[in-house]
Amino acid sequence: MSVRHALLALLGTAPVGAFALRQEFERRTGRTWPLNMGQVSTTLDRLERDGLVAEVPSDGDVPHYALTDGGRAELESWWAAPVERGVPARDELAMKLALAVTLPGVEVQAIVRAQRTETMRWLQALTRLRGEPQADDVAWQLLLDHYVFAAESEMRWLDHVQARLTRAGAAHPADAAASTLASERERVVARGDR
Amino acid sequence: MSELGGAAASRGPVVLSARGLTRVHTGGPVPVTALGGVDLDLRLGELVAVMGPSGSGKSTLLHLLGGLDAPTSGSVMLAGDDLAAMDRAGRARVRRRRVGYVFQDLNLMPLLTALENVALPLELDGVPPKTARREAVEALAQLDVANLASRFPGQLSGGQQQRVAIARSLVGPRRVVLADEPTGALDSVMGEEVMRVLRGRVDAGAAAVVVTHDARLAAWADRTIFLVDGTVVDEAIAMGPGALLAEGGGRPW
Ligand SMILES: Nc1ncnc2c1ncn2[C@@H]1O[C@H](COP(=O)(O)OP(=O)(O)OP(=O)(O)O)[C@@H](O)[C@H]1O
Ligand SMILES: [Mg+2]
Repeated sequence: MSVRHALLALLGTAPVGAFALRQEFERRTGRTWPLNMGQVSTTLDRLERDGLVAEVPSDGDVPHYALTDGGRAELESWWAAPVERGVPARDELAMKLALAVTLPGVEVQAIVRAQRTETMRWLQALTRLRGEPQADDVAWQLLLDHYVFAAESEMRWLDHVQARLTRAGAAHPADAAASTLASERERVVARGDR
Repeated sequence: MSELGGAAASRGPVVLSARGLTRVHTGGPVPVTALGGVDLDLRLGELVAVMGPSGSGKSTLLHLLGGLDAPTSGSVMLAGDDLAAMDRAGRARVRRRRVGYVFQDLNLMPLLTALENVALPLELDGVPPKTARREAVEALAQLDVANLASRFPGQLSGGQQQRVAIARSLVGPRRVVLADEPTGALDSVMGEEVMRVLRGRVDAGAAAVVVTHDARLAAWADRTIFLVDGTVVDEAIAMGPGALLAEGGGRPW
Protein backbone atom coordinates (compact mmCIF):
# COMPACT_ATOMS: atom_id res chain seq x y z
CA MET A 1 0.00 0.00 0.00
CA SER A 2 1.43 3.33 -1.00
CA VAL A 3 0.73 5.49 2.05
CA ARG A 4 2.73 8.19 0.35
CA HIS A 5 0.35 8.46 -2.58
CA ALA A 6 -2.72 8.07 -0.43
CA LEU A 7 -1.64 11.09 1.61
CA LEU A 8 -0.92 13.09 -1.53
CA ALA A 9 -4.41 12.23 -2.77
CA LEU A 10 -6.01 13.38 0.48
CA LEU A 11 -4.01 16.63 0.44
CA GLY A 12 -5.19 17.24 -3.12
CA THR A 13 -8.40 18.96 -2.05
CA ALA A 14 -7.43 21.16 0.90
CA PRO A 15 -4.56 21.66 3.33
CA VAL A 16 -4.91 19.54 6.48
CA GLY A 17 -2.96 18.57 9.55
CA ALA A 18 -1.44 15.17 10.27
CA PHE A 19 -4.14 13.99 12.65
CA ALA A 20 -6.99 14.87 10.28
CA LEU A 21 -5.09 13.14 7.46
CA ARG A 22 -4.96 9.91 9.39
CA GLN A 23 -8.68 10.12 10.21
CA GLU A 24 -9.61 10.80 6.59
CA PHE A 25 -7.47 7.92 5.38
CA GLU A 26 -9.06 5.45 7.76
CA ARG A 27 -12.56 6.70 7.08
CA ARG A 28 -12.22 6.39 3.32
CA THR A 29 -10.68 2.95 3.38
CA GLY A 30 -13.20 1.50 5.81
CA ARG A 31 -10.46 1.27 8.42
CA THR A 32 -9.08 -1.69 6.57
CA TRP A 33 -5.45 -0.59 6.80
CA PRO A 34 -4.93 1.09 10.15
CA LEU A 35 -2.30 3.82 10.08
CA ASN A 36 -0.48 5.02 13.16
CA MET A 37 0.45 8.65 13.72
CA GLY A 38 4.14 7.80 13.45
CA GLN A 39 3.66 6.51 9.90
CA VAL A 40 1.75 9.64 8.97
CA SER A 41 4.41 12.00 10.38
CA THR A 42 7.31 10.10 8.82
CA THR A 43 5.59 10.05 5.46
CA LEU A 44 4.79 13.76 5.66
CA ASP A 45 8.43 14.52 6.54
CA ARG A 46 9.63 12.59 3.51
CA LEU A 47 7.08 14.22 1.23
CA GLU A 48 8.23 17.63 2.48
CA ARG A 49 11.89 16.66 2.01
CA ASP A 50 11.12 15.61 -1.58
CA GLY A 51 9.39 18.90 -2.26
CA LEU A 52 5.97 17.34 -2.84
CA VAL A 53 4.19 18.98 0.09
CA ALA A 54 4.85 22.18 2.02
CA GLU A 55 3.72 23.49 5.36
CA VAL A 56 1.19 26.30 5.02
CA PRO A 57 -0.12 28.84 7.53
CA SER A 58 -3.13 27.69 9.54
CA ASP A 59 -5.45 29.10 12.24
CA GLY A 60 -4.71 26.53 14.92
CA ASP A 61 -1.40 25.45 16.40
CA VAL A 62 -1.05 22.20 14.43
CA PRO A 63 0.90 22.49 11.17
CA HIS A 64 -1.13 22.10 7.98
CA TYR A 65 0.26 20.75 4.75
CA ALA A 66 -0.59 21.41 1.11
CA LEU A 67 0.56 19.99 -2.21
CA THR A 68 3.32 21.80 -4.10
CA ASP A 69 3.23 21.89 -7.92
CA GLY A 70 5.59 18.93 -7.88
CA GLY A 71 3.26 17.11 -5.51
CA ARG A 72 0.31 17.77 -7.77
CA ALA A 73 2.21 16.36 -10.77
CA GLU A 74 3.20 13.28 -8.77
CA LEU A 75 -0.43 12.75 -7.76
CA GLU A 76 -1.64 13.11 -11.35
CA SER A 77 0.78 10.48 -12.57
CA TRP A 78 -0.28 8.15 -9.74
CA TRP A 79 -3.92 8.35 -10.79
CA ALA A 80 -2.94 7.91 -14.42
CA ALA A 81 -0.70 4.86 -14.03
CA PRO A 82 -2.22 1.41 -13.43
CA VAL A 83 -1.13 -0.34 -10.26
CA GLU A 84 1.77 -2.55 -11.29
CA ARG A 85 1.22 -6.26 -11.38
CA GLY A 86 3.72 -8.91 -12.32
CA VAL A 87 5.62 -9.02 -9.07
CA PRO A 88 3.22 -11.17 -7.06
CA ALA A 89 3.14 -10.59 -3.36
CA ARG A 90 4.26 -13.62 -1.40
CA ASP A 91 1.16 -15.63 -0.67
CA GLU A 92 1.37 -17.93 2.33
CA LEU A 93 -1.20 -20.39 1.00
CA ALA A 94 0.41 -20.75 -2.44
CA MET A 95 3.76 -21.22 -0.74
CA LYS A 96 2.36 -23.76 1.72
CA LEU A 97 0.80 -25.86 -1.02
CA ALA A 98 3.84 -25.65 -3.28
CA LEU A 99 5.90 -27.01 -0.40
CA ALA A 100 3.27 -29.59 0.52
CA VAL A 101 3.18 -31.20 -2.92
CA THR A 102 6.95 -31.58 -3.03
CA LEU A 103 7.72 -32.77 0.48
CA PRO A 104 7.14 -36.35 1.59
CA GLY A 105 4.63 -37.19 4.29
CA VAL A 106 2.41 -34.13 3.85
CA GLU A 107 -1.33 -34.74 3.33
CA VAL A 108 -1.93 -32.23 0.55
CA GLN A 109 -5.61 -33.07 0.07
CA ALA A 110 -6.25 -32.54 3.77
CA ILE A 111 -4.57 -29.14 3.61
CA VAL A 112 -6.70 -28.16 0.61
CA ARG A 113 -9.89 -29.27 2.33
CA ALA A 114 -9.13 -27.52 5.59
CA GLN A 115 -8.30 -24.35 3.70
CA ARG A 116 -11.47 -24.54 1.66
CA THR A 117 -13.58 -24.76 4.78
CA GLU A 118 -11.74 -21.81 6.29
CA THR A 119 -11.99 -19.70 3.13
CA MET A 120 -15.69 -20.56 2.83
CA ARG A 121 -16.27 -19.33 6.40
CA TRP A 122 -14.47 -16.11 5.62
CA LEU A 123 -16.61 -15.70 2.51
CA GLN A 124 -19.76 -16.39 4.51
CA ALA A 125 -18.81 -13.77 7.08
CA LEU A 126 -17.97 -11.21 4.37
CA THR A 127 -21.30 -11.87 2.68
CA ARG A 128 -23.10 -11.18 5.93
CA LEU A 129 -21.05 -8.08 6.53
CA ARG A 130 -22.14 -6.76 3.13
CA GLY A 131 -25.73 -6.83 4.37
CA GLU A 132 -24.98 -4.73 7.47
CA PRO A 133 -26.27 -1.15 7.57
CA GLN A 134 -22.75 0.30 7.81
CA ALA A 135 -22.10 -1.25 4.41
CA ASP A 136 -24.00 1.63 2.76
CA ASP A 137 -20.76 3.53 2.48
CA VAL A 138 -19.65 3.16 -1.16
CA ALA A 139 -15.93 2.88 -0.43
CA TRP A 140 -16.54 0.28 2.25
CA GLN A 141 -18.84 -1.70 -0.05
CA LEU A 142 -16.20 -1.65 -2.73
CA LEU A 143 -13.57 -2.96 -0.36
CA LEU A 144 -15.86 -5.73 0.86
CA ASP A 145 -16.56 -6.72 -2.74
CA HIS A 146 -12.83 -6.84 -3.30
CA TYR A 147 -12.38 -9.33 -0.48
CA VAL A 148 -15.44 -11.31 -1.57
CA PHE A 149 -14.06 -11.75 -5.08
CA ALA A 150 -10.60 -12.56 -3.77
CA ALA A 151 -12.04 -15.25 -1.50
CA GLU A 152 -14.12 -16.65 -4.34
CA SER A 153 -11.07 -16.78 -6.53
CA GLU A 154 -9.17 -18.62 -3.81
CA MET A 155 -12.00 -21.16 -3.58
CA ARG A 156 -11.85 -21.74 -7.31
CA TRP A 157 -8.12 -22.16 -7.14
CA LEU A 158 -8.47 -24.68 -4.32
CA ASP A 159 -11.07 -26.63 -6.34
CA HIS A 160 -8.67 -26.58 -9.22
CA VAL A 161 -5.78 -27.81 -7.08
CA GLN A 162 -7.92 -30.59 -5.69
CA ALA A 163 -9.05 -31.69 -9.15
CA ARG A 164 -5.47 -31.62 -10.37
CA LEU A 165 -4.20 -33.68 -7.47
CA THR A 166 -7.04 -36.16 -7.87
CA ARG A 167 -6.29 -36.51 -11.55
CA ALA A 168 -2.61 -36.95 -10.85
CA GLY A 169 -3.86 -39.81 -8.71
CA ALA A 170 -1.28 -39.56 -5.99
CA ALA A 171 -0.73 -37.71 -2.75
CA HIS A 172 2.62 -36.58 -4.16
CA PRO A 173 2.52 -35.87 -7.86
CA ALA A 174 5.58 -35.03 -9.89
CA ASP A 175 7.57 -31.95 -9.00
CA ALA A 176 6.16 -30.41 -12.15
CA ALA A 177 2.85 -29.96 -10.37
CA ALA A 178 4.49 -27.85 -7.70
CA SER A 179 6.25 -25.52 -10.06
CA THR A 180 3.09 -24.81 -12.03
CA LEU A 181 1.00 -24.33 -8.90
CA ALA A 182 1.94 -20.73 -8.31
CA SER A 183 1.48 -19.74 -11.93
CA GLU A 184 -1.84 -21.57 -12.08
CA ARG A 185 -2.99 -19.40 -9.26
CA GLU A 186 -1.95 -16.25 -11.04
CA ARG A 187 -4.01 -17.35 -14.01
CA VAL A 188 -7.12 -18.15 -12.00
CA VAL A 189 -6.88 -14.83 -10.21
CA ALA A 190 -6.28 -12.93 -13.43
CA ARG A 191 -9.32 -14.45 -15.07
CA GLY A 192 -11.45 -12.61 -12.55
CA ASP A 193 -15.23 -12.68 -12.51
CA ARG A 194 -17.13 -14.35 -15.30
CA MET B 1 -30.96 -5.88 1.61
CA SER B 2 -31.82 -9.25 3.03
CA GLU B 3 -30.80 -10.10 6.56
CA LEU B 4 -28.43 -13.01 6.55
CA GLY B 5 -28.78 -15.11 9.66
CA GLY B 6 -25.68 -16.44 11.33
CA ALA B 7 -25.42 -19.67 13.26
CA ALA B 8 -27.46 -18.03 16.00
CA ALA B 9 -30.42 -17.21 13.78
CA SER B 10 -33.57 -18.88 14.99
CA ARG B 11 -34.56 -22.01 13.10
CA GLY B 12 -37.76 -23.94 12.82
CA PRO B 13 -38.35 -27.67 13.00
CA VAL B 14 -36.64 -30.19 10.72
CA VAL B 15 -38.64 -30.38 7.49
CA LEU B 16 -36.39 -32.65 5.48
CA SER B 17 -34.24 -35.38 6.94
CA ALA B 18 -32.02 -37.93 5.21
CA ARG B 19 -30.24 -40.85 6.85
CA GLY B 20 -27.63 -43.09 5.28
CA LEU B 21 -28.70 -42.01 1.84
CA THR B 22 -27.09 -44.27 -0.76
CA ARG B 23 -27.66 -44.64 -4.48
CA VAL B 24 -25.94 -47.30 -6.53
CA HIS B 25 -26.59 -47.46 -10.28
CA THR B 26 -26.57 -51.06 -11.44
CA GLY B 27 -27.62 -50.55 -15.06
CA GLY B 28 -24.13 -50.57 -16.55
CA PRO B 29 -21.36 -53.18 -16.67
CA VAL B 30 -20.10 -52.17 -13.22
CA PRO B 31 -22.19 -50.75 -10.38
CA VAL B 32 -21.67 -47.01 -9.86
CA THR B 33 -22.03 -45.61 -6.33
CA ALA B 34 -23.36 -42.12 -7.01
CA LEU B 35 -24.03 -41.44 -3.34
CA GLY B 36 -22.38 -43.33 -0.53
CA GLY B 37 -24.26 -42.69 2.70
CA VAL B 38 -25.28 -39.09 3.32
CA ASP B 39 -27.04 -37.71 6.41
CA LEU B 40 -28.71 -34.33 6.24
CA ASP B 41 -31.19 -32.38 8.34
CA LEU B 42 -32.81 -29.32 6.88
CA ARG B 43 -34.78 -27.00 9.13
CA LEU B 44 -37.34 -24.39 8.18
CA GLY B 45 -35.50 -21.09 7.98
CA GLU B 46 -32.37 -22.79 6.79
CA LEU B 47 -30.52 -22.47 3.50
CA VAL B 48 -27.93 -25.15 2.74
CA ALA B 49 -25.49 -25.04 -0.16
CA VAL B 50 -23.97 -28.14 -1.73
CA MET B 51 -20.64 -27.90 -3.51
CA GLY B 52 -18.39 -30.51 -5.04
CA PRO B 53 -16.69 -31.52 -8.27
CA SER B 54 -18.61 -32.74 -11.29
CA GLY B 55 -19.83 -36.27 -10.72
CA SER B 56 -19.57 -36.04 -6.92
CA GLY B 57 -23.27 -36.82 -6.45
CA LYS B 58 -24.85 -33.41 -5.99
CA SER B 59 -27.74 -33.94 -8.41
CA THR B 60 -28.20 -37.48 -7.12
CA LEU B 61 -28.54 -36.14 -3.58
CA LEU B 62 -31.08 -33.56 -4.66
CA HIS B 63 -33.08 -36.10 -6.68
CA LEU B 64 -33.30 -38.37 -3.66
CA LEU B 65 -34.22 -35.52 -1.31
CA GLY B 66 -37.00 -34.47 -3.66
CA GLY B 67 -38.32 -37.99 -4.25
CA LEU B 68 -37.44 -37.90 -7.95
CA ASP B 69 -35.43 -41.05 -7.46
CA ALA B 70 -35.47 -43.79 -4.82
CA PRO B 71 -32.38 -44.56 -2.72
CA THR B 72 -30.67 -47.95 -2.84
CA SER B 73 -30.62 -47.72 0.94
CA GLY B 74 -31.31 -45.08 3.55
CA SER B 75 -34.34 -42.94 4.20
CA VAL B 76 -35.78 -39.52 3.41
CA MET B 77 -38.42 -37.94 5.63
CA LEU B 78 -40.12 -35.00 3.95
CA ALA B 79 -42.51 -33.03 6.15
CA GLY B 80 -43.40 -36.19 8.03
CA ASP B 81 -43.70 -38.48 5.01
CA ASP B 82 -41.27 -41.35 4.53
CA LEU B 83 -40.43 -41.13 0.82
CA ALA B 84 -38.65 -44.49 0.74
CA ALA B 85 -41.87 -46.21 1.79
CA MET B 86 -43.83 -44.75 -1.13
CA ASP B 87 -44.25 -45.76 -4.71
CA ARG B 88 -43.40 -43.49 -7.60
CA ALA B 89 -46.85 -41.92 -7.77
CA GLY B 90 -46.91 -41.30 -4.04
CA ARG B 91 -43.54 -39.58 -4.15
CA ALA B 92 -44.68 -37.47 -7.08
CA ARG B 93 -47.74 -36.33 -5.14
CA VAL B 94 -45.75 -35.39 -2.06
CA ARG B 95 -43.17 -33.62 -4.17
CA ARG B 96 -45.75 -31.54 -5.99
CA ARG B 97 -47.31 -30.37 -2.75
CA ARG B 98 -44.17 -29.80 -0.72
CA VAL B 99 -41.20 -29.21 -2.99
CA GLY B 100 -40.25 -26.54 -5.47
CA TYR B 101 -37.60 -28.09 -7.67
CA VAL B 102 -35.21 -26.36 -10.03
CA PHE B 103 -33.75 -28.97 -12.36
CA GLN B 104 -30.19 -28.75 -13.58
CA ASP B 105 -31.56 -28.93 -17.12
CA LEU B 106 -34.53 -26.70 -16.20
CA ASN B 107 -37.29 -29.00 -17.56
CA LEU B 108 -39.60 -26.25 -18.77
CA MET B 109 -42.55 -27.45 -20.84
CA PRO B 110 -41.76 -26.26 -24.38
CA LEU B 111 -45.41 -25.95 -25.43
CA LEU B 112 -46.42 -23.81 -22.46
CA THR B 113 -45.62 -20.12 -22.06
CA ALA B 114 -43.40 -18.92 -19.22
CA LEU B 115 -46.52 -17.94 -17.28
CA GLU B 116 -48.22 -21.29 -17.88
CA ASN B 117 -45.07 -23.14 -16.85
CA VAL B 118 -44.96 -21.28 -13.55
CA ALA B 119 -48.69 -21.62 -12.91
CA LEU B 120 -48.74 -25.33 -13.73
CA PRO B 121 -47.76 -26.78 -10.34
CA LEU B 122 -50.45 -24.67 -8.68
CA GLU B 123 -53.13 -25.69 -11.17
CA LEU B 124 -52.19 -29.34 -10.73
CA ASP B 125 -52.83 -28.83 -7.04
CA GLY B 126 -56.33 -27.52 -7.75
CA VAL B 127 -55.67 -23.81 -7.35
CA PRO B 128 -58.20 -21.89 -9.51
CA PRO B 129 -56.53 -20.79 -12.79
CA LYS B 130 -57.02 -17.09 -12.10
CA THR B 131 -55.32 -17.29 -8.71
CA ALA B 132 -52.60 -19.53 -10.10
CA ARG B 133 -51.85 -17.05 -12.84
CA ARG B 134 -51.76 -14.12 -10.47
CA GLU B 135 -49.28 -15.91 -8.24
CA ALA B 136 -47.27 -16.94 -11.27
CA VAL B 137 -46.96 -13.33 -12.41
CA GLU B 138 -45.79 -12.34 -8.94
CA ALA B 139 -43.14 -15.04 -8.95
CA LEU B 140 -41.97 -14.02 -12.42
CA ALA B 141 -41.82 -10.40 -11.29
CA GLN B 142 -39.62 -11.35 -8.34
CA LEU B 143 -37.10 -12.67 -10.81
CA ASP B 144 -37.53 -9.71 -13.10
CA VAL B 145 -39.01 -11.67 -16.02
CA ALA B 146 -42.71 -10.75 -15.74
CA ASN B 147 -42.40 -8.99 -19.09
CA LEU B 148 -41.58 -12.34 -20.69
CA ALA B 149 -44.66 -14.12 -19.31
CA SER B 150 -46.24 -14.87 -22.68
CA ARG B 151 -43.09 -16.20 -24.37
CA PHE B 152 -42.43 -19.88 -24.93
CA PRO B 153 -39.20 -21.37 -23.50
CA GLY B 154 -37.74 -21.60 -27.00
CA GLN B 155 -38.05 -17.82 -27.27
CA LEU B 156 -36.07 -17.15 -24.10
CA SER B 157 -32.32 -16.95 -23.48
CA GLY B 158 -30.70 -19.53 -21.21
CA GLY B 159 -30.58 -17.16 -18.27
CA GLN B 160 -34.20 -16.10 -18.80
CA GLN B 161 -35.31 -19.74 -18.90
CA GLN B 162 -33.39 -20.30 -15.70
CA ARG B 163 -35.23 -17.48 -13.99
CA VAL B 164 -38.58 -18.85 -15.15
CA ALA B 165 -37.61 -22.25 -13.74
CA ILE B 166 -36.72 -20.63 -10.42
CA ALA B 167 -40.02 -18.74 -10.40
CA ARG B 168 -41.80 -22.06 -10.91
CA SER B 169 -40.07 -23.50 -7.85
CA LEU B 170 -41.15 -20.57 -5.70
CA VAL B 171 -44.89 -20.25 -6.45
CA GLY B 172 -47.49 -21.32 -4.00
CA PRO B 173 -47.20 -22.52 -0.44
CA ARG B 174 -44.43 -25.08 -0.95
CA ARG B 175 -41.88 -24.63 1.75
CA VAL B 176 -38.99 -26.75 0.55
CA VAL B 177 -36.99 -25.54 -2.41
CA LEU B 178 -34.39 -27.82 -4.01
CA ALA B 179 -32.37 -26.04 -6.67
CA ASP B 180 -29.73 -27.72 -8.83
CA GLU B 181 -27.32 -25.11 -10.21
CA PRO B 182 -30.03 -22.45 -10.44
CA THR B 183 -27.57 -19.74 -11.38
CA GLY B 184 -25.35 -21.51 -13.91
CA ALA B 185 -26.53 -19.44 -16.87
CA LEU B 186 -26.78 -16.13 -15.03
CA ASP B 187 -24.30 -13.27 -14.83
CA SER B 188 -22.81 -12.51 -11.44
CA VAL B 189 -25.23 -9.74 -10.51
CA MET B 190 -28.30 -11.78 -11.49
CA GLY B 191 -26.88 -14.82 -9.72
CA GLU B 192 -26.68 -12.80 -6.55
CA GLU B 193 -30.21 -11.51 -7.09
CA VAL B 194 -31.45 -15.10 -7.26
CA MET B 195 -29.69 -15.90 -3.99
CA ARG B 196 -31.31 -12.82 -2.45
CA VAL B 197 -34.75 -14.04 -3.53
CA LEU B 198 -34.07 -17.55 -2.21
CA ARG B 199 -32.66 -16.17 1.02
CA GLY B 200 -35.77 -14.01 1.40
CA ARG B 201 -38.04 -16.99 0.88
CA VAL B 202 -36.11 -19.05 3.41
CA ASP B 203 -36.09 -16.26 5.97
CA ALA B 204 -39.86 -16.03 5.56
CA GLY B 205 -40.16 -19.62 6.80
CA ALA B 206 -39.17 -21.93 3.95
CA ALA B 207 -36.09 -24.12 3.62
CA ALA B 208 -33.80 -24.70 0.68
CA VAL B 209 -30.92 -26.77 -0.60
CA VAL B 210 -28.96 -25.20 -3.44
CA VAL B 211 -26.31 -26.90 -5.51
CA THR B 212 -23.78 -24.45 -6.86
CA HIS B 213 -20.22 -24.26 -8.17
CA ASP B 214 -20.04 -20.63 -7.17
CA ALA B 215 -18.59 -20.10 -3.70
CA ARG B 216 -19.69 -16.48 -3.67
CA LEU B 217 -23.31 -17.61 -4.01
CA ALA B 218 -22.89 -20.53 -1.62
CA ALA B 219 -21.82 -17.97 0.96
CA TRP B 220 -25.44 -16.81 1.21
CA ALA B 221 -26.34 -20.14 2.77
CA ASP B 222 -26.25 -20.94 6.47
CA ARG B 223 -23.88 -23.77 5.76
CA THR B 224 -22.12 -25.33 2.83
CA ILE B 225 -21.51 -29.04 2.56
CA PHE B 226 -18.78 -30.36 0.30
CA LEU B 227 -19.34 -33.63 -1.54
CA VAL B 228 -16.55 -35.76 -2.98
CA ASP B 229 -17.21 -39.15 -4.57
CA GLY B 230 -20.69 -39.38 -3.07
CA THR B 231 -19.83 -38.55 0.52
CA VAL B 232 -19.83 -35.37 2.58
CA VAL B 233 -16.20 -34.55 3.30
CA ASP B 234 -16.51 -31.13 4.91
CA GLU B 235 -19.00 -28.60 6.12
CA ALA B 236 -18.60 -24.85 6.59
CA ILE B 237 -21.11 -23.32 8.98
CA ALA B 238 -21.65 -19.58 8.73
CA MET B 239 -21.12 -17.43 11.74
CA GLY B 240 -22.63 -13.98 12.02
CA PRO B 241 -20.71 -10.94 10.81
CA GLY B 242 -19.87 -10.41 14.47
CA ALA B 243 -17.19 -13.03 13.92
CA LEU B 244 -15.35 -10.42 11.87
CA LEU B 245 -16.00 -7.37 13.97
CA ALA B 246 -13.35 -6.61 16.53
CA GLU B 247 -14.27 -4.84 19.75
CA GLY B 248 -15.28 -1.28 19.08
CA GLY B 249 -17.07 -2.13 15.84
CA GLY B 250 -15.43 -0.48 12.86
CA ARG B 251 -12.45 -2.53 11.91
CA PRO B 252 -13.32 -6.09 10.93
CA TRP B 253 -9.83 -7.60 10.86
N1 LIG C 1 -28.27 -43.44 -14.45
C1 LIG C 1 -27.00 -43.56 -14.10
N2 LIG C 1 -26.30 -44.65 -14.35
C2 LIG C 1 -25.02 -44.76 -13.99
N3 LIG C 1 -24.34 -43.81 -13.35
C3 LIG C 1 -24.98 -42.68 -13.08
C4 LIG C 1 -26.34 -42.46 -13.43
N4 LIG C 1 -26.71 -41.23 -13.01
C5 LIG C 1 -25.61 -40.69 -12.43
N5 LIG C 1 -24.59 -41.55 -12.46
C6 LIG C 1 -23.23 -41.32 -11.91
O1 LIG C 1 -23.35 -40.93 -10.57
C7 LIG C 1 -22.34 -39.99 -10.23
C8 LIG C 1 -22.98 -38.75 -9.61
O2 LIG C 1 -23.72 -38.06 -10.59
P1 LIG C 1 -24.43 -36.68 -10.30
O3 LIG C 1 -25.27 -36.35 -11.48
O4 LIG C 1 -25.12 -36.77 -8.99
O5 LIG C 1 -23.17 -35.71 -10.20
P2 LIG C 1 -23.15 -34.13 -9.93
O6 LIG C 1 -22.36 -33.91 -8.69
O7 LIG C 1 -24.51 -33.57 -9.99
O8 LIG C 1 -22.27 -33.63 -11.16
P3 LIG C 1 -22.42 -32.26 -12.05
O9 LIG C 1 -21.71 -31.18 -11.28
O10 LIG C 1 -21.64 -32.60 -13.29
O11 LIG C 1 -23.86 -31.99 -12.30
C9 LIG C 1 -21.58 -39.71 -11.51
O12 LIG C 1 -20.39 -40.47 -11.49
C10 LIG C 1 -22.51 -40.20 -12.61
O13 LIG C 1 -21.79 -40.66 -13.71
MG1 LIG D 1 -25.48 -32.27 -11.28
